[in-house]
Amino acid sequence: MTPLLRAALLSVALTFAPFVCVAAQDSLPPGVRLDLRYNPGTKPGVLVLRVAGTNGDSIRAILQRDFDNGDRINVVAAEETGFPDTPTAGKNGNYPVYAKLGALALVQATPTASGLHVAVHDVALQKVAGVRDFVLSGAPNSREWRMSVHMASDELESWITGVRGIAATRVAYVQGVRGSKLFIIDSDGAFPTPVGDDAGVLSPAWHPKGTHIAYSLVGARGCCQIFVYDLASGSARQISAVGGGLNATPTFSPDGGVIVYTHGEESGTDLFATTVFDRGPARRITVGRGSDNTSPTFSPDGRRLAFTSGRLGHPEVYISDADGTNVQWLTSYNTGDQNYRSNPDWSPDGRLIAYQAQQTDGRFQLSTISLRDKSVKQLTNDGSNEDASWAPDSRHLIFSSTRTGTKQLFVIDSESGRWRQLTRNGGVRLPAWSPPLTR
Amino acid sequence: MHRASRALTFSLIALVALGGCKKKPQVAPTPVNTAPAPAPAPTPPPETGCNAACRDSIGRAEADAKNKAIETARIALTATVYFDLDKSDITDDTRTKLDAKVPVLTQNSTVKIRIAGHTDSRGSDEYNLALGQRRAAAAKRYLTDRGIDASRIEIVSFGEERGTCSDEDESCWSRNRRDEFEITAGQITAVQTTSR
Repeated sequence: MTPLLRAALLSVALTFAPFVCVAAQDSLPPGVRLDLRYNPGTKPGVLVLRVAGTNGDSIRAILQRDFDNGDRINVVAAEETGFPDTPTAGKNGNYPVYAKLGALALVQATPTASGLHVAVHDVALQKVAGVRDFVLSGAPNSREWRMSVHMASDELESWITGVRGIAATRVAYVQGVRGSKLFIIDSDGAFPTPVGDDAGVLSPAWHPKGTHIAYSLVGARGCCQIFVYDLASGSARQISAVGGGLNATPTFSPDGGVIVYTHGEESGTDLFATTVFDRGPARRITVGRGSDNTSPTFSPDGRRLAFTSGRLGHPEVYISDADGTNVQWLTSYNTGDQNYRSNPDWSPDGRLIAYQAQQTDGRFQLSTISLRDKSVKQLTNDGSNEDASWAPDSRHLIFSSTRTGTKQLFVIDSESGRWRQLTRNGGVRLPAWSPPLTR
Repeated sequence: MHRASRALTFSLIALVALGGCKKKPQVAPTPVNTAPAPAPAPTPPPETGCNAACRDSIGRAEADAKNKAIETARIALTATVYFDLDKSDITDDTRTKLDAKVPVLTQNSTVKIRIAGHTDSRGSDEYNLALGQRRAAAAKRYLTDRGIDASRIEIVSFGEERGTCSDEDESCWSRNRRDEFEITAGQITAVQTTSR
């Protein structure tokens, strides 16, 4: 009884004293583990209790979908009747009912003046394991409001599983074949939103703080110049040198200060680095000797690069130091594919590189390769699948696929192979998953 | 009598010849003029077998022949050339087409061109941008190796972003693996006299 009473008192206090919330947050810092006991490799069952209030159903639906999309939680589907809304402990309490439904934890969210008060219950211990207040900003069901609910989801997922969720993220991509436009969509497929006015956008890449997007822009006279779009001000600035030649496939360094991109004129294309915000001169990185070197991606420590290179006469994925030295050929021949492997993306935890390999039927399939032992795992089979980009959890990937007809974006869980469709408008491609966002 | 009639005949011929010659410099002031033949001068028609309409048609025929030759040269210069899958090598067909561009560029030194390299829809969108650039560069190198000044040739790539067709079959793919040629400055005025 005592812990529950304490929790109840605490939640009452928190409800009426928003400033106390901060103290409560401090006592339960982000990333704390609840130490729920469940078998490793299985997903803990979590039941999201019904949420009161006008937007309660929306909040509950978003939390449930976010947990489900994270693939680390088994959302216990206990709909309508058959389970109580308020857990009670003790000999005649109802925690065993939740246990029977397969729930290890309960998420009890209560609307407050400023947002949401959430208590997470440990069903086995029959007590509240943690509480936290979340501020919900913006009009209910607006883009901003949904993002604040996603942030709550990710925090709760972190408590329950020890790994932060990826709901409070977005995906940048381009839509359209000629004059493709830049779009951003929420991680759950809500609010596909055009960004800026540029037509001919290719290869968007997020700044590590989520504040800017770099892309290459095809002009009337050909491809391309590199631009950096400021999401706050809505203005784009050219960062590649004005003049001839190809400038494409930008990527930010993990500290956000450098952009590496491919530049080519008359003898192949090489990677160049330039500082993002002070317009320093571009510095050449690769020495391709007339070959093509494109699609760079940084290791999370910023000390290495992976990129596509045609230096052997066909595209393969290579890694090198960030200054272009110590080049190593990473990908190698696999049964059933052609000598065409490209578009690497380095996972945020540094362990894997995702890439695409063209098969003998001409379609692309996605694989990951381990940097430790070079073991390869093929992730896709249906349709042609390209342009993989890692989520911040180093587990999910966004990619374009023809598996349901026209090119759409899909999310795949690299561990289970489970996938979901993110976009419903055809002709979308070149997705890039954002870092965790806060607005 | 005999003499006099010979002299008359001669002067008649001379008159005809003079009448025929009189306007020639006006019809074609320079041999490289591409403008259409100007209207005949308002002088009374000389008494010859070829009246104003006749001379007009001769002028038009000459101008037409020249315009046709210029058009042929323009078509040769802007003819699209094609490449094999994932390659920027100059094929036999492409070599023939590039060879036909060389004299046009050589004889018209004010003409500048832009070569745009394209790819088919297979392959990676991003890598194809580089492949298109390489195809444009290959054609430029072929032309500069044959004496054309590099500053007259700009190269760009569109990768697979500007396909001429979008079917997923070889007939479409092969049409999209190409270099397009565009005149960006100057005009073709000189044409080969020994053209077939």
